[in-house]
Amino acid sequence: MDMTTPHMTAPVSHDDPLILYGEVFQSRLMLGTSRYPSPATLEATVRRAQPAMLTASLRRQGAVQPEAGAAFWKLLQDLAVPVLPNTAGCHSTQEVITTAQMAREVFNTPWIKLELIGDDYSLQPDTLNLVDCARQLINDGFKVLPYCTEDLVLCQRLVDVGCQAVMPWAAPIGTGRGPVNPYAMRLLRERLKVPLIVDAGLGLPSHACTVMEWGFDAVLLNTAVALAQSPVDMAGAFADAVRAGRAAYRSGAMQPQDSAQPSTPVLGTPFWHHP
Amino acid sequence: MNVFINHELRDLPAGATLADALRMCDPPAVFAAAINLQFVPRSSYAQQLLTEGDRIEIIAPITGG
Repeated sequence: MDMTTPHMTAPVSHDDPLILYGEVFQSRLMLGTSRYPSPATLEATVRRAQPAMLTASLRRQGAVQPEAGAAFWKLLQDLAVPVLPNTAGCHSTQEVITTAQMAREVFNTPWIKLELIGDDYSLQPDTLNLVDCARQLINDGFKVLPYCTEDLVLCQRLVDVGCQAVMPWAAPIGTGRGPVNPYAMRLLRERLKVPLIVDAGLGLPSHACTVMEWGFDAVLLNTAVALAQSPVDMAGAFADAVRAGRAAYRSGAMQPQDSAQPSTPVLGTPFWHHP
Repeated sequence: MNVFINHELRDLPAGATLADALRMCDPPAVFAAAINLQFVPRSSYAQQLLTEGDRIEIIAPITGG
């Protein structure tokens, strides 16, 4: 290896794809498409981030200008990034099921980001109905990525009904607070073997890097990128952070020590204790 | 026969189908439809008979997180 050449990407990140429901993705970053200052900025941001998937949604005809809707559709076709439709705004299992079926037809994909909202203020998922909702979607042939809290038992139950990955929040959607419950998230990583994607609540690349260092498999971002002063540059920063965090996790971090230990060999130190 | 299309009251003749309703409201190029919170596949529009008070939802793709 040429030690004089700086490495822009950690070598261990090569040949380390994200595998969801048997499908291989080269990126560990997923990106939302909402709240960007312009469609052009969204397009440039996606091209910089090179995400594994792009989230999209469905709304009633008339809620958006027809021209804007058509332009967004064309952009999705041009970008050719796999689309992950969501069920954002659904408050009942039946709303989720119907929205998912409509999304499957519109986007021609079995993927669905399951969002079942239980509280409008915090946008916390309806944890009491989420598992049965996921079960019904899976029985209907969907590849379900459920947006959930970091609760271990909830996530385990989602896996039990067939979810091959789960997406715990780091903090409520759009808050940008970063992981607010590190203990529970690290416990979740330790206990569950399926891919874990941190969805919601990340605000900084350091947040993304941290959860990747903990062993989470990917992150899903929207607001942190879209509301940055330069979404394109922020997307690049997040992509670098995700790669760095993943490389660090795979590299095996040292254990913290209680006392200082010199990194430079002590033997042969010149002027050692020389008055 | 009165039905609701995206929450707007519309008058349709008896025996109208979902395809008839869609022709009334100029849907976008890409869309999906549901009646009374039940998804209706595109292939069924012409056979799906409407009844009084049906609530039709027509949705289109938008940005999302």
